[in-house]
Amino acid sequence: MAGLLDLDLVAARDALRAGETTSTELTQAYLDRIEATRDLNAYITVTADRALAMAKASDERLAKGEGGPLEGLPIAVKDLFCTEGVLTTAASHILDGFKPPYESTVTSNLWGAGAVMLGKTNLDEFAMGSSNETSYYGPAVNPWRAADDAQTKLVPGGSSGGSASAVAGRAALAATGTDTGGSIRQPAGFTGIVGMRPTYGRCSRWGIVAFASSLDQAGPMTRTVADAALMLSGMAGHDPKDSTSAPLPVPDFSAGLEDGVKGLRIGVPKEYRIDGMPPEIEKLWAQGVAWLKDAGAEIVDISLPHTPYALPTYYIIAPAEASSNLARYDGVRYGLRVDGDSLAEMYANTRGAGFGSEVQRRILIGTYVLSAGYYDAYYRKAQRVRSLIRRDFDQAFETVDAILAPTAPSDAFAIGAEVDDPVKMYLNDVFTVPLNLAGLPGISVPAGLSARGLPLGLQVMGAMFEEAKLLRVARALEKAAAFSARPAMLEGI
Amino acid sequence: MSLDKATVASIATLARLRVPDDRLEPMVGDLNAILGFVEQLNRVDTSGVEPLANVTGHALPQREDAVTDGGYPDRVTLNAPDPAGDFYAVPKVVE
Amino acid sequence: MAEADSAQPYRIQGETGPWELVIGLEVHAQVVSKSKLFSGAATAFGAEPNSQVSLVDAAMPGMLPVINRECVDQAVRTGLALGAKINEVSVFDRKNYFYADLPQGYQISQYLQPVVGEGVVHLDLEDGRTCEVGIERLHLEQDAGKLMHDQHPSKTYVDLNRSGVALMEIVSKPDLRSPEETAAYIRKLRSILRYIGTCDGNMQEGSMRCDVNVSVRRPGEGYGTRCEIKNMNSIRFVQQAIEYEARRQIEILEAGGKIDQETRLFDANRGETRSMRSKEEAHDYRYFPDPDLLPLALDPARIAELKAELPELPDARKARFMSEYGLSLYDAATLTEERATADWYEAVVKGGTGKRDPKIAANWVTSELFGALNKAGLDLADSPVSADALGGLMDLLGDGTISGRIAKDVFAEMLETGKDAAAIVEEKGLKQVSDTGAIEAIVDAVLAENQDKVAEYRGGKDKLFGFFVGQTMKRSGGKANPGMVNELLKAKLAG
Repeated sequence: MAGLLDLDLVAARDALRAGETTSTELTQAYLDRIEATRDLNAYITVTADRALAMAKASDERLAKGEGGPLEGLPIAVKDLFCTEGVLTTAASHILDGFKPPYESTVTSNLWGAGAVMLGKTNLDEFAMGSSNETSYYGPAVNPWRAADDAQTKLVPGGSSGGSASAVAGRAALAATGTDTGGSIRQPAGFTGIVGMRPTYGRCSRWGIVAFASSLDQAGPMTRTVADAALMLSGMAGHDPKDSTSAPLPVPDFSAGLEDGVKGLRIGVPKEYRIDGMPPEIEKLWAQGVAWLKDAGAEIVDISLPHTPYALPTYYIIAPAEASSNLARYDGVRYGLRVDGDSLAEMYANTRGAGFGSEVQRRILIGTYVLSAGYYDAYYRKAQRVRSLIRRDFDQAFETVDAILAPTAPSDAFAIGAEVDDPVKMYLNDVFTVPLNLAGLPGISVPAGLSARGLPLGLQVMGAMFEEAKLLRVARALEKAAAFSARPAMLEGI
Repeated sequence: MSLDKATVASIATLARLRVPDDRLEPMVGDLNAILGFVEQLNRVDTSGVEPLANVTGHALPQREDAVTDGGYPDRVTLNAPDPAGDFYAVPKVVE
Repeated sequence: MAEADSAQPYRIQGETGPWELVIGLEVHAQVVSKSKLFSGAATAFGAEPNSQVSLVDAAMPGMLPVINRECVDQAVRTGLALGAKINEVSVFDRKNYFYADLPQGYQISQYLQPVVGEGVVHLDLEDGRTCEVGIERLHLEQDAGKLMHDQHPSKTYVDLNRSGVALMEIVSKPDLRSPEETAAYIRKLRSILRYIGTCDGNMQEGSMRCDVNVSVRRPGEGYGTRCEIKNMNSIRFVQQAIEYEARRQIEILEAGGKIDQETRLFDANRGETRSMRSKEEAHDYRYFPDPDLLPLALDPARIAELKAELPELPDARKARFMSEYGLSLYDAATLTEERATADWYEAVVKGGTGKRDPKIAANWVTSELFGALNKAGLDLADSPVSADALGGLMDLLGDGTISGRIAKDVFAEMLETGKDAAAIVEEKGLKQVSDTGAIEAIVDAVLAENQDKVAEYRGGKDKLFGFFVGQTMKRSGGKANPGMVNELLKAKLAG
């Protein structure tokens, strides 16, 4: 049983095809592991019966030599994706009891490729957060503990904290996440796994609970880069139901994965060297540069001058869009309803009781920056700065093939350490947010350990729709880093 | 640009969000901290720069005019907290 | 606005002197299309509750809009028909507010960059004046759902069938100056929309509604504060509402008060406007471009194609009816107000051998046909007499087979039985008698039997001529050719 959990996604796929194991065995192993790791609070809903039924169907197909690219592989789904007939909460009280009568396009694609659903993972409420602490269902826990403080529970990062925790804790073979401001990459960095955000429009947003429409994007969270490439193939694709979905064919993301970086130009943006940057992160970044140089890449110093303005730009645009996207949660057609004497009261009572404080903060900020008299000064201004940030990247990609940067400005912090200071929490996204504003693809690869023995990731950023090249660079980095550390809790697994 | 309690209260009304009195003060503080943080955008020279209107660069897709959806009142009312046959129900509205 | 020289500009007399009205209209016209603006659900009127509601219309989590190409085309066609500027790039914005008929908590509309810009509508007014009303803009937006307040004592029921149906909001400049002008504008707009098939203009069913902005001022002054009367779906009520509202405002101003800018409703039972309670707080719609959509870019070739496909518009058709058919302004206007009527009329004129007199045809249609249809409560579409059939009747009249008098009887018979003219004339032997000999015989008989009257006539009592005509016609069963009767009688009575 333990051996099964060692197989990564690609290896498991091969093992299933070779008949070395069955989907039912594999799925059961993961269901058992989920039970054993309940303390991680990585899952909001476990769909054991459904998982086993899907596994059985997969086994039947595999026995006939049929089956899709992800046939029989058990994966977890961030509870932001609507799954038909299965509780979907967005980790919010306001979606109590909501069972969508429809399936999101991305998860539909995964089931169509033969994957098996283990359950719905925990997240920050409505994907708003960087630590998974704003969840109505309690924080998800990082499988890693600091070497010098095994008692203190650490955050897995956010918002896709549950998915990260599950994959890192081997309670899922792989998981879906969404990345609006770094919500796949940063938790991947904190938990020592691979997390990828494809280009905006590469994956459909249809059926994903919307947070910030011009920034949201689904992506894979996996153990390895090869796994990410495989899983992305099963998720991506043009969707006519999503007007922002790119009308492009899905290339083979695994093609050329092992081609290496000889002859590629890697950009190192000077503005990412921020004030107060922990030396160990700066050192790891330099190490990453050296790895790629040794592998034959040309290193190019680049400038992304508007980088310092990315966070404030994001924290105007994202709340603004969210304030509008969350207006539909009003107690009328689904979810929580708290009665009131009038319609307006019912709305206010329902939303006041149903949304947590971070969500409320963002709705209020968003409402304010769009309001009469402030729209030009805040929202429109931010969208202009966004154009400049995008222009920075466009210009940079004329001279480089990929960009290397740290993923996060620290290792995982303790649960409760930053909840009282929203702005401090926002700073966790400093390296990830610029990419979301530009709409570009990026990936975090585990690269080393911090002084406290916690994972640190390095981030590779690519040009629009160039995921294959991005994955190729990430693979070279992964190879060079040879990150093999595991959280103590995996001892014996 | 600093917000006072009354302004936050009126934003909350616009957003149909009941913020109890004891949470209003801390909320004002949080919001002002956030606004203080985003003020730095004023330092950026954006003259002549258009707001980003289109991230991917493709054109707005337009679908053919055909009835391809709807016709399932049971599905759309399935999760309604106060179902009334095939209707949704809300507290009585006076116009 | 180019207001033609008006003999008597419309004024309301207040206590302190005359007041001028300033009226602007926002017409919401439901677009004719099979499915909704951003969802594939059906748009047909009168369906079972929530049966034409997709997940998108129900604003379920994760749902996204996809625009309907035909709705865009319909808006462009309308813009072209209004002589308006078509904006090659336009943007969809979210208009954010909370209401029970708005499941998303926002309406997808167009704010700063609408699809259509400035245009103009020409009006013909009853007293023969013409007037131009400027169009400010036209934009596409989603319609809201329907609320039902009378199904339950303490609850309002929500039906989202209408939610998401495409609307064209057509905003006029504040160029209207009277209830009459406003009514003419609505009729003209409706006529144009029905001509090009972009809206069926059915106000009773709610597919065309108006928000009326009314303000008053002393002649020569600047604009006063206006009030908006919402959701009007009857031209008659629009006129009443304007009258009432103008007087209400005048009364306040003359008493030294000022007008609060507000939204009002018209209470048809009382004939009054009253303030809308739920809209008392000022709305801050927080418009911003909808991030689920991209800017709409229109290809000039497509615009040109749509323009080429437009049918002849009401004004052009009316002008042609006057020049080509020699019709009066009144007749031309009557016949061209509805495209179906104009088509029907032209089918009569151009049918058969194409030699039918257009003026006579116009008379038949506007007096005889319309008169009969009105009486029977029928629309032209349900007329028992087809254009072809009326044409056939005209042919028999034209070639002298029947007289004008007989034709009217035949027409009545056609209406009742649906038979064609030739069949009726044949069956009832109604052919006009133009045989001189036969008529002469009857004339002789009439004169012979009324010798005393003949004498009186010859003695100077000219009026008796009508008597002889009447007798002759009666004796011939109405079939004698009236012209010939006149001639023969004249000759014989002369001595």
